[in-house]
Amino acid sequence: MARMATRQRVVISTIGAWLFGFLIFFPILWMVLASFKTELEAFAIPPSFLFFHWTLENYVTVQERSDYFHHAMNSVIIAGGSTLIALLIAIPAAWSMAFSPTKRTKDILLWMLSTKMMPPVGVLVPIYLIYKTVGLLDSRIGLVFILCLGNLPIVIWMLFTYFKEIPRDILEAARMDGATIGRELVYVLTPMAIPGLASTLLLNLILAWNEAFWTLNLSTSNAAPLTTFIASYSSPEGLFWAKLSAASTLAIAPILVLGWFSQKQLVRGLTFGAVK
Amino acid sequence: MATRQTQLLARSLLTPAVGLLFIWMIVPLALTIYFSTLHYSLLDPGSEEFVGLENFRYFLTDPAFLASLQNTLVLVGSVLALTILLGIPLALLLDQPVIGRNFVRLMVIAPFFVMPTVSALVWKNLLMHPVSGLFAWLAKLVGLTPVDWFNDVPLFSVILIVAWQWLPFATLILLTALQSLDEEQKEAAEMDGASAVSTFIYITLPHLARPITVVILIETIFLLTVFAEIFVTTGGGPGLQTTNIAFLIYSQALIQFDVGSASAGGLVAVVIANIVAFFLVRIVGRNLEA
Repeated sequence: MARMATRQRVVISTIGAWLFGFLIFFPILWMVLASFKTELEAFAIPPSFLFFHWTLENYVTVQERSDYFHHAMNSVIIAGGSTLIALLIAIPAAWSMAFSPTKRTKDILLWMLSTKMMPPVGVLVPIYLIYKTVGLLDSRIGLVFILCLGNLPIVIWMLFTYFKEIPRDILEAARMDGATIGRELVYVLTPMAIPGLASTLLLNLILAWNEAFWTLNLSTSNAAPLTTFIASYSSPEGLFWAKLSAASTLAIAPILVLGWFSQKQLVRGLTFGAVK
Repeated sequence: MATRQTQLLARSLLTPAVGLLFIWMIVPLALTIYFSTLHYSLLDPGSEEFVGLENFRYFLTDPAFLASLQNTLVLVGSVLALTILLGIPLALLLDQPVIGRNFVRLMVIAPFFVMPTVSALVWKNLLMHPVSGLFAWLAKLVGLTPVDWFNDVPLFSVILIVAWQWLPFATLILLTALQSLDEEQKEAAEMDGASAVSTFIYITLPHLARPITVVILIETIFLLTVFAEIFVTTGGGPGLQTTNIAFLIYSQALIQFDVGSASAGGLVAVVIANIVAFFLVRIVGRNLEA
């Protein structure tokens, strides 16, 4: 801040920002609070904000009755698996486009981006029927596969924009010293690419963890990740707000933490490098 | 200088990704096109027959299509308007010298990381429930009649939830853009006696034009296919009031098992998305030249 900030201005903008921020965050806070209430208190009018009987029983019940960890594990496997496979496919591709670009590199990149624009609902029918035929409905492998393909364009794009920033002189120097391409990749590029790789990994974990079109349509119970599991609370029979809140809190907590770490990369990844 | 060997290697490294994406794009799309020309119901297997463009005629003249197209446009338009109109002041505010700015930023950005099924159910039950929701209690507190959100204003309720999810995205991108704005330029304008308002209109806003375009295009792509929020709250109802195109296609495919017309609908959705994608790809592509 080059400009002198007057005290009055600081006070006003601080109050405004905190107020705004609190309002936006409030639904999450309210949910976390409800997860520590009894069902009766979660439902009570007037609501109690802090002075209620704090309890952990919802967390216990959620695990006992609906095997929360089974679904959490599915989320971990599906989000983690799809991200790792996408990275394995994307790293060589992005490396090749960033360091040995051809005339068609730009077209290829834009074409990859355009596959991401295809609305999933446009191919829901064939994917569903193929999965039904080959028995991949409600399977973790099926979801890993589809989320991997769905996020592959973003992964390649993010990696490409990071690789692009690695100074090429270093590569030239390594080549002069007689490094083979394999060695160049392992000893020179990889260490410099690690920050970019890490943020790509993080952002895609988040996207895959929260993906709620394919997971809702292609999984029911066995392979159901947390998105589908939480959706099962939408049934109108009986209202279990406190349990819904407990399950939700557990479902979003890890990703919230990861997300807060990756907020800078988020902008870059989601705008395909158009805003940095 | 790339040798022939490196070029060959580069191409072979690129091939798996290109091949997979190509298959991923072509196979389902070709099948969708093929199905869209068939009379094909999963409830009546073995009766598939070629019907030409009949499914398109059926889908496009179905009153449900017009209703859902309208809902889609209202949903996308309203969420865009809300996130940008609220995102700009919020980003400007966060660009000020705020005590504890990093913490405020964490609070603002949080909704974006909440999975759609969680946001939708928390809003629907804990906040918007007509009797026990927090909003109902607040309304009674100030002497108003509580709103029965999902019965009286179902589409608006969905819009509120989706806007809450996407406001952080718009804010974060606008804030990132603001922080790259040259402070000296603003300072010079202030020295020359420009008011805060005219500094905003003549310096800040033009600087934000590009990020705003990016926000509009990217949000549009995602908002055209909003699904989970509708799936867990209203199921498209009451009636067709919250059915958007994505949900309509889903219900034709997996509830009515009408593969033919769902495929025709899918292609309509692809065409709509492609119109948006065309502009986005051009903007991003321009950035690649640099």
